[in-house]
Amino acid sequence: MTQSSASENLMGKALKEALFAGATAFGLFLLYVGIETYQNINNQLVWRTRWGMLAIFVVIAAVSRFLMVAFIVPHLDRRKLAKAKSGILEISDEKSFFHKHFLKIALFALVIYPMVSVMLAGTQGSLKYVDNFGIQILIYVMLAWGLNIVVGLAGLLDLGYVAFYAVGAYSYALLSEHFGLSFWVLLPLSGILAAFWGIILGFPVLRLRGDYLAIVTLAFGEIIRLVLINWTAVTKGTFGISGIPKASVFGIWSFDIGAANNFTKAFGLPMSSAYYKIFLFYLILALCMLTAYVTIKLRRMPIGRAWEALREDEIACRSLGINTVTTKLTAFAIGAMFGGFAGAFFATRQGFVSPESFVFLESAVILAIVVLGGMGSLTGIAIAAVVMVGGTELLREMEFLKHVFGPDFTPELYRMLLFGLAMIIVMVFKPRGFVGSREPTAFLKERKAVSGSFTKEGHG
Amino acid sequence: MTLGTDTMTSNITGEPILKVEHLSMKFGGLMAINDFSFEAKRGEITALIGPNGAGKTTVFNCITGFYKPTMGMITLTQKRGEHHLLERLRDFEITKIAKVSRTFQNIRLFSGLTVLENLLVAQHNALMRASGYTILGLLGFPTYRKASQAAVDKARYWLEKADLVDRADDPAGDLPYGAQRRLEIIRAMCTEPELLCLDEPAAGLNPRESAALNTLLHSIRDEGVSILLIEHDMSVVMEISDHVVVLEYGQKISDGTPDHVKNDPKVIAAYLGVEDDEVEEIAEKLDEGTV
Repeated sequence: MTQSSASENLMGKALKEALFAGATAFGLFLLYVGIETYQNINNQLVWRTRWGMLAIFVVIAAVSRFLMVAFIVPHLDRRKLAKAKSGILEISDEKSFFHKHFLKIALFALVIYPMVSVMLAGTQGSLKYVDNFGIQILIYVMLAWGLNIVVGLAGLLDLGYVAFYAVGAYSYALLSEHFGLSFWVLLPLSGILAAFWGIILGFPVLRLRGDYLAIVTLAFGEIIRLVLINWTAVTKGTFGISGIPKASVFGIWSFDIGAANNFTKAFGLPMSSAYYKIFLFYLILALCMLTAYVTIKLRRMPIGRAWEALREDEIACRSLGINTVTTKLTAFAIGAMFGGFAGAFFATRQGFVSPESFVFLESAVILAIVVLGGMGSLTGIAIAAVVMVGGTELLREMEFLKHVFGPDFTPELYRMLLFGLAMIIVMVFKPRGFVGSREPTAFLKERKAVSGSFTKEGHG
Repeated sequence: MTLGTDTMTSNITGEPILKVEHLSMKFGGLMAINDFSFEAKRGEITALIGPNGAGKTTVFNCITGFYKPTMGMITLTQKRGEHHLLERLRDFEITKIAKVSRTFQNIRLFSGLTVLENLLVAQHNALMRASGYTILGLLGFPTYRKASQAAVDKARYWLEKADLVDRADDPAGDLPYGAQRRLEIIRAMCTEPELLCLDEPAAGLNPRESAALNTLLHSIRDEGVSILLIEHDMSVVMEISDHVVVLEYGQKISDGTPDHVKNDPKVIAAYLGVEDDEVEEIAEKLDEGTV
């Protein structure tokens, strides 16, 4: 008796909520979906109704709400109750083999990745996988790891990080063009120049905090881009600089086609640009590993701890005798330096730089990767870069979507939409990013990860 | 700033370690502190008390460099006899060079770092030197490894004093309130100060935590560190301090031993709020010895 009345009750409630959801959907979509405007042959803006489409939207909303309230929620509740009654805790300390050795497996997979793609897709076919996916993702991993030092560790919100990337790229492009210096000389030089710009920006700016710092760094990023566009005598403006020399294998083998010590000739391989891309893949992988190594090492140094302390509480830092100005400057400079390295690599990979590559959107994407990954966590950021950059690259491959949505559908155009959607989903379910906890840098008895609910994001 | 090194060392108890002379602090039109002078002696616990809004924390902020005083001179004399004028140093230099360290009224811990990391951050300057400003440390020189081990040992020493060894690897934000207070004090101690300034260390503590705090403060004094503290809780002040300074409306109204201050009619008036003529009455009676 009570059982049936309870279920009747539930059905009644579900029905009511379904009607409400349907009404809300109707109100929301009436103007967006129900009415469509278009231009007729006479270039007049006219409208037509799409009641069928609107009905589909409303029915979907109502039916899914009904199913949610009537079946899914009670089912989940029952399962939770059963679990609580059985007294088995969900938390277990046992980690799976994959979880424990994740880093080793990931590194191994990265090292064999080009060889596997050559084997599976052939020399020429591997180009797409090594270049579009591998190198592209690793550049963003490196940039995000560099920005992580500034945003994730020191807690300084930098919206103009792409400026340092641009400084690195143009340093390489201009110095190699005018002085003919090789990649291996210019790589460290680009990093140093970017770090130098970081310090120049840092001096006036780092007394600002929070939103103010973000605005000024944003402006700095735009200034660099506008200088690149307008200083045509040096940078050739929007035309950009082309014909940037390729990197060589430590000067021993070159990838220039006419050169005597050409790599493919030296090894008797068939001519293909794939070998250069594979070389670049390992190069950026090595640069990423360098970034990670330096970040991990620095976190255990007093300077790294001071960065994290700065993120937690700047006033307490000063009360402990830490010079916060130099501490912030070092964070800015080292973050900028890695941006510069990545920029030099970008220039040699593209063979062409123009201001268009260094727009604000790039800064936003890099920052989004850092936030999504979990500020401060190298693993989380790498995963976020794979998801965000790899995901958008993957969209280009989704030819089959044309069969679903019609031949006019271009999936690339929905890149940013999906980007935003992914951010919202991750922030709802994992507000601290993929890896929210932080590893302590020192321990007395055992190393316990610090939950993300204790760490702060920093105020400037 | 070093004024000069005396050949005579002044580590004898009873010498003034901190001398505040004619300190004034103005916020716009508000005179928060008006011509305030006092001395804190080496090896003693000096308490600064007064009603709410009397300017105690402002005095603290002037001493520790978080405010620049409008007027006045604050001199710190170190064990080796060096003098430092605190109003001329920047806030972090006061801890780094003059060896004055402080805690805050509302606890300021690095809550996302572990307890041990909090204590290591406090040893930043010493570790920075040992790591050759990071460069030698990055290259793996043994000096840094030795220094970081020594830093952990020092942290362990203070953790034992504060009874926090078991919580060393937990995030600082996870500690109960009383433990956070003690952690903030030992974190300040890890900077090796000569003068420790505590801003209301007993605020919000239960009696047991309060007792643990007193033990900790006594053991700090026994290390030869002078303490200057602000406190509301009179029982704590009377129990642990050697010397009490009373502040009201930015001016000093009493200065002396706890017993002297306790019976000072001006202090009683300030705390209980008596009419001005009544204060005089009480003062007269006190002079006559009838109270």
